[in-house]
Amino acid sequence: MLEIRNITKQFGGFVAVNNVSLSIPAGTTHAVIGPNGAGKTTLFNLASGSVTADQGTVSFEGRKIERMAPHDIVKIGMARSFQRVNIFPRQTVFENVQVPLIVGAGAHLNPFRRSAGTHHDRVMELLEMVALADDAHRRAGELAHGRQKQLELAVALASNPKMLLLDEPTAGMSIAETKMSIRLINDIVRKNNLTLLFTEHDMNVVFDIASAVTVLHHGEVIAQGAPHEVRGNEEVRRVYLGKH
Amino acid sequence: MFSNPTFVAMQVLNSLSLGMNLFIIASSLTLIYGVLRIINFAHGAFYMVGAYMLVQVLTWMGTSNLSFWAGVLAGGAVMGAVAWLLERFFLSRLYDKEHLLQLLFTFALVLMMGDVMRMVWGKGQLSADYPPALSGAVNLGFMQYPAYLLFLCVLGPLVAVGLWLGIERTRWGRILRAARLDREMLGALGIDVKRVFSVIFVIAAVMAAIGGALAAPRASVESEMGALIIMDCFIIVIMGGLGSLWGAFIGAIGLGFITVFGTLLLEEWEIALVYLVMIAVLFVRPWGLLGKPEVERV
Amino acid sequence: MCTPWQTRFLLAFFAVIAALPLLGMPHLMDRGVQILILCLFALSLNVLTGQIGSVSFGHAAFYAIGGYACVILMTRLGAPLWVAMPAAIALGALCALVIGYFCVRLNDIYFAMLTLAFSMLVWAIAHKWKDVTGGGDGFVGAKIPDLLRDRTAMFWFTFAVVGLCTFALRMLSNSTMGRTFIAIRENATRAAFIGVNVRRMRLLAFVIAGAFGAVAGSLMSLYIHGMFPESAFWSESGRVMIVVLLGGMHAFIGPIVGAIVLFLLEVSTAKHFEYWPFVLGLILLAIVMIAPEGLVARLASLRTRGLPRQESGHA
Repeated sequence: MLEIRNITKQFGGFVAVNNVSLSIPAGTTHAVIGPNGAGKTTLFNLASGSVTADQGTVSFEGRKIERMAPHDIVKIGMARSFQRVNIFPRQTVFENVQVPLIVGAGAHLNPFRRSAGTHHDRVMELLEMVALADDAHRRAGELAHGRQKQLELAVALASNPKMLLLDEPTAGMSIAETKMSIRLINDIVRKNNLTLLFTEHDMNVVFDIASAVTVLHHGEVIAQGAPHEVRGNEEVRRVYLGKH
Repeated sequence: MFSNPTFVAMQVLNSLSLGMNLFIIASSLTLIYGVLRIINFAHGAFYMVGAYMLVQVLTWMGTSNLSFWAGVLAGGAVMGAVAWLLERFFLSRLYDKEHLLQLLFTFALVLMMGDVMRMVWGKGQLSADYPPALSGAVNLGFMQYPAYLLFLCVLGPLVAVGLWLGIERTRWGRILRAARLDREMLGALGIDVKRVFSVIFVIAAVMAAIGGALAAPRASVESEMGALIIMDCFIIVIMGGLGSLWGAFIGAIGLGFITVFGTLLLEEWEIALVYLVMIAVLFVRPWGLLGKPEVERV
Repeated sequence: MCTPWQTRFLLAFFAVIAALPLLGMPHLMDRGVQILILCLFALSLNVLTGQIGSVSFGHAAFYAIGGYACVILMTRLGAPLWVAMPAAIALGALCALVIGYFCVRLNDIYFAMLTLAFSMLVWAIAHKWKDVTGGGDGFVGAKIPDLLRDRTAMFWFTFAVVGLCTFALRMLSNSTMGRTFIAIRENATRAAFIGVNVRRMRLLAFVIAGAFGAVAGSLMSLYIHGMFPESAFWSESGRVMIVVLLGGMHAFIGPIVGAIVLFLLEVSTAKHFEYWPFVLGLILLAIVMIAPEGLVARLASLRTRGLPRQESGHA
């Protein structure tokens, strides 16, 4: 579904991502891991349209998307979440999830349709999925960090994507929260037959749910393959020595 | 008319002197933006204070070299004091707030300061004389040119280089550059960021006032002069790129030339040309000629 | 978002205005016309500044364009009102499309400055193009339809037009498009990542704001039987900005509240006090330092202090 080939990105003199390739078949779960600064977020930014690559291509379902604007990429079926929580803090939880649905229905260009209560059922359905239904009318910014991350997930899902890019979905969470969150993500992905690409620090999390792993270090791929293969890789062990 | 080289040379010098006069004022505007990230609408009002102070000093002391320079310095000093008070009691409380509020504060200053001038000096036009030492013409060989305007042509680059050296080579300049990039980090390093802001604001206000005093002999000093000059300043810093010193320099020279030659060719429609050039520059480079682009892609 | 209590306020406001002709003092109808036009002008700006979050310092440009176009078409081309006014509005919208195209590509500060520059360009053109606009002295002695020369008729005409426009803008504010505007204001990056073409929406908001601004300008030109270049000067943009800020940018009725307060202040003070700009500056200073979120938000927080939140009510 997503095919990244030889992608390279420099910022000034700093090479963030260097000749990275990976291939994600539809319906699978792929993890990108690596220490801080390895280039994971840049890779995400390249795939989702935030940033344009200097070289290389990104294809989604066969279409070249490396030059597409973010809003167009969402339209063709790729939604993402952000490392640092990126929601609409002054709007309610309900409204946060409602807007992507409005956009998906094209109603954002409709000045005649009342917005209050529109898409109510689908919003509540999504909120149920992430266990936020009770908080529907609270301001999003007032939620605890972990729940805000769940909201991010709901917002991404509201765009009805075929593929999800989750950038460190469990960052800042406690061990218990992380476990719950991952189980939740996994459930949703399976139920809706989504393709998932996510980044993580925690190796155990990764091995629980990923069918393939890419390890980045200093912007380059140092290992790629099934989890158990990667786990046994010497270089990966060296890079992660002391981490887990 | 363009076949006459003396005529052309005169227009070039006119452009440069106009540009350099504007640069002295606009450079401090871009300085405020660079460090404080505030567009100071009141910059024209600060300029006006300098002009009025010069007029007042000349009225008290009569026209002489001493009184002229005393007037210029007085303009700077008074404006500096006022700016310090404004910053300390009002502006400093707005640093953490939205940009819009800071803008509106400066706009409020424009409204108030204009009327204060009117209250004290009335609505009429006042004038200032050139200092005797610079009131004649200089013989450039192939032509004569007013000494005062030549003085401005020389002063502008001196100010530019002075500022540049100050920013690039001194400790203060380093602090300034750091404040531009990351004020939080600077605070974490133990430097009193509030004091830095305060000093920059005051210095910039003083420069604007001095620019105004220097412009006074050529301009008609009245309470609208701030409003007229601020648009020129904005055009310069927008074209040159907000926060860029050399951008302001290029922008000022550019505006000088467009104004002088535009007036020759288009007469009063020259103003439209100025705006069209600015729109064109921003179309090609949305952050000005030497400004920094935003990283975000929305 | 126009919440229920805001709607009640709106109805009350229009009811009070509608009662003005009944009070038997003709100059009150004049005041009514003036305040209605100011309300519409401020509401139009707020689509851009309050709803989608693009702060414009040049909104007066469309006010001026609307006004000039309306009277020029009627006077020089002999067009009837029902042609001239829609044409003026269309011209305002078209100019907004062109100007907006250049402006929405820029970030906040440059956007604000370029809108300012465009409105000064409009001012310059109005000032210099003597043959068409009457130049610095303004366009005077416009050919207004006889019906509108009557004070009462002008009042009701303005009332009807402003009422209709307010209704339309309220509908926009409560609509899915309005909600998308707010999303863009709150987090433009996130909006892009849920599929919103932010630049296009900003341009759309710009055009809508320009169109309604032109309506306000046309009404003013009909009222004063002409138009002046000063209506495009940055101080006019500043005045309407202060109105919006005073009432509060994030509430639908904010601009109306601001218009009422400022108008009452202007009318009661300006006559006796020569230095009105100073007072205006002082008001602005007070807002900025004390109540930056505007009067409506201040009052709302007083009302709901201690009460649990039901809806965000956050427009």
